[in-house]
Amino acid sequence: MGIIQSYGLRLARKRWRFRAFRKRRELVPVIDRTARIRSGDILVFSTLRNERIRLPWFLRYYRDMGVDHFLVVDNDSADGSREYLAEQPDVSLWHTQASYRRARFGVDWLNWLQMRHGHGHWCLVVDPDEFLVYPFCDSRPIRALTDWLDASAIRSFGAMLLDMYPKGPLEAQPYREGQDPFEIASWFDSGNYMIRRNPRFGNLWIQGGPRARAFFPDNPERAPALNKIPLVKWHRHYAYVSSTHMLLPRGLNLVYDEWGGEKASGCLLHAKFLDTFAAKAEEEMLRRQHYAGSHEYRAYHAALRDGTDLWCKWSEKYINWRQLEILGLMSKGNWA
Amino acid sequence: MTTAGTVGFVMLCHAALDRAAEVARHWAQQGCPVVIHVDAKVGRAAVDRMRHHLADLPDVRFSPRHRCEWGGWGLVGATLDAATLMLDEFPGVRHVYLASGSCLPLRPAAELAAYLDARPNTDFIESVTTEDVGWTIGGLSMERFTLRFPFSWRSQRKLFDLWVRVQRVLRLKRRIPEGLVPHLGSQWWCLSRQTLSAILKDPDRPIYDRYFRQVWIPDESYFQTLVRLHSARVESRSLTLSKFDFQGKPHIFYDDHLQLLRRSDCFVARKAWHRADRLYAEFLRPVDPAEARAEPNPGKIDRLFSKAVERRTRGRPGLYMQSRFPNENWENGRTGGPYSIFQGFGDVFVEFEAWLARTVGLRVHGHLFAPDRAHFAGGERIYNGCLSDSAALRDYDPKAFLTSLMWNTRGERQCFLFGPRDNQALNWFIAGDANAQISVISGAWAIPLFRAKGEFSDLRREAARLQKIESDQLHVLRSPWTKARTRIWTLAEFLENPVEPLQSIIDEISPTALRRLTEVPRMADLTGFGRFLQELRNQGMQPTLVGDVPLGEDPKPAIGRRGRPYLVK
Repeated sequence: MGIIQSYGLRLARKRWRFRAFRKRRELVPVIDRTARIRSGDILVFSTLRNERIRLPWFLRYYRDMGVDHFLVVDNDSADGSREYLAEQPDVSLWHTQASYRRARFGVDWLNWLQMRHGHGHWCLVVDPDEFLVYPFCDSRPIRALTDWLDASAIRSFGAMLLDMYPKGPLEAQPYREGQDPFEIASWFDSGNYMIRRNPRFGNLWIQGGPRARAFFPDNPERAPALNKIPLVKWHRHYAYVSSTHMLLPRGLNLVYDEWGGEKASGCLLHAKFLDTFAAKAEEEMLRRQHYAGSHEYRAYHAALRDGTDLWCKWSEKYINWRQLEILGLMSKGNWA
Repeated sequence: MTTAGTVGFVMLCHAALDRAAEVARHWAQQGCPVVIHVDAKVGRAAVDRMRHHLADLPDVRFSPRHRCEWGGWGLVGATLDAATLMLDEFPGVRHVYLASGSCLPLRPAAELAAYLDARPNTDFIESVTTEDVGWTIGGLSMERFTLRFPFSWRSQRKLFDLWVRVQRVLRLKRRIPEGLVPHLGSQWWCLSRQTLSAILKDPDRPIYDRYFRQVWIPDESYFQTLVRLHSARVESRSLTLSKFDFQGKPHIFYDDHLQLLRRSDCFVARKAWHRADRLYAEFLRPVDPAEARAEPNPGKIDRLFSKAVERRTRGRPGLYMQSRFPNENWENGRTGGPYSIFQGFGDVFVEFEAWLARTVGLRVHGHLFAPDRAHFAGGERIYNGCLSDSAALRDYDPKAFLTSLMWNTRGERQCFLFGPRDNQALNWFIAGDANAQISVISGAWAIPLFRAKGEFSDLRREAARLQKIESDQLHVLRSPWTKARTRIWTLAEFLENPVEPLQSIIDEISPTALRRLTEVPRMADLTGFGRFLQELRNQGMQPTLVGDVPLGEDPKPAIGRRGRPYLVK
């Protein structure tokens, strides 16, 4: 990479950081418990809107994993999410009524909070419907992973988004508060992913899965990106560029090996396709606050109206991380 | 039974002091003297707390603190001081065991003492000459001893590398002190009192120390080299279980390794994760001599960790995923398993797929790369791994389509039809794939044209287009970079004698079957085909890839020739 390109990326990074700095005014603290964060704590950052029903399981899942503190931006929920989160002893909460889209889908807000509170910590940036699975997650807490990454001088950990779906129509099995969403959405696509390299940022761009197959069979380039780098040993100079798909400096995007080996990686199980999805798709389509004019949600809406069933006879039923590793969706790398 | 007090432990600690203290207590309570060295970088409060925790144990000492940089002299200096202290203070000690603060005792100290007493005057220290070491980091083995290393490898890497290069170019070399033969090995050893005190009290020690201060990573070479001067008997292996990954960093043990560690035959394991509560609770329990030990099976641990290194360096062949996306030619196997491509066979024979599936008992797809959709076996719309038959999705990333299919079906050979009407994007990729077996009947694309109704000028144009595509493809298949197993016949050659080629392909697909073909696929009706070819020629289009079909004569399907010796009915 030439000096000019490298300098261009540096400027881009500074621009994103400055943008995040400006957007800090949009965040109003509801309850700020960040004084309780101790050095070495593992932090979760999240933006949400109207996700009340998902929150109990979300918090429980990551608490059990060993996350110490949650920093959440509430984008004007009206369903009690804010009140619920404010009561939690390990949550710091900010509220905003500003545009999600103009905060680049929440990236600016979280970049700011990470700059402020994430420096020197392992930070996990996830949505309330994303659940991290990493090698040995059933027997080792997340701190075992971050300690190992520290010892190996690895700063970022990739986890591909794995769309999970139920068998049959989405409305057939209603989700109860506090329930493990993967009791319902327990199926996934094991081997239909398309990967290419992004030459500018050096990350992989992954598409495919049930959304590409069911919603975008005719214009695959519009299928949503599934590559994610959610877990990073944060430094205040870092910045996410677009969702958690890629970051700057670009060295953080090298979560894959180019010489035949496998680096350690995980999966973000995506519990998007529950009975709550239809209402969400409707709302988001009208709000037009999502990526590329919410075209994604329009496609979902159309497909759901026709009663599309994402399940097929080749769908795999989720068992555990070892299954994902055998299927080649994630890898232990040299962590044993 | 011997008492454990004859073994003294030297512990080098730099982090997680509370765990180190637990281990020290465990040993001390079994009667073993322990000398602890704490890195000078550790804060006073933590050290004071550790001293306080261990204050009730009479046989625990703290040695003078050194600053230990990785690869520097500090660790050796600390070991020398601690070992001196051990020998001076505990005259009953017959063996000194060097361990780190993150080591985990796997077996009772009394067993270790008995083991050592059964092997008197033996020093357990891995000590190998530099020529025999394959594992050195940074490519330096002998040069560790002949160059100088004033810069830190960790924090001043560029200067370090530069200085090494300068010395190589200028041929600057240090002289190795007389009598020393450089040896390397694991830094965790167990030496007898005689050997250790001989090393410590050697009159030439100031010379050696001065020399080794400038050697790179002296903790892997100081004792390993000097032991060769003084030891009566070197057993070149470590009693500490220690596994290294591809970067020379030790693997860490967690709670889920408990069963594996139980079956290790080593006395101490390095290194345990400091929060592995179950491991510590289990192995630091007070020793119950009546307890039966699990049968040692160290091979299992070896396999686990060598597989991890293999996975990190070589990966799984044919896998493309979020953390393995190899550059071209670094795939270590472009696809997950062998597969067969048949070009032209679907045109020459009627229902070739069904016949092939019956004959070899494998999955036979139609034209996977056809323009309308991917024709999976059995007409399925979605296939193994949820691969979609959408042509747009497939053509968006054809390589991912093929490699996913081969990965999803690994263990079961896939066969599919191909032809010049299909997407040609993967020609180079497939040609370079040693898993591919490609059989081509060139010019067979003319048969569907011959059977098609329509304007002859259109057919002629189509024939020219297909011939161009196929000849480009054959050019690729015949290139010197091709690794695929390729067989190419012209249509005329093939029609001359179709059974032998079929037999050889099938023998290769299922070599164990050793069957003679009893049933050959039905051939398309070719009455008037020779005339059709001549018509093409007359219109100015040379169907060269079809081969030499004589004018006006219809090719004789050899299937009719009954009674050939290799056709067993």
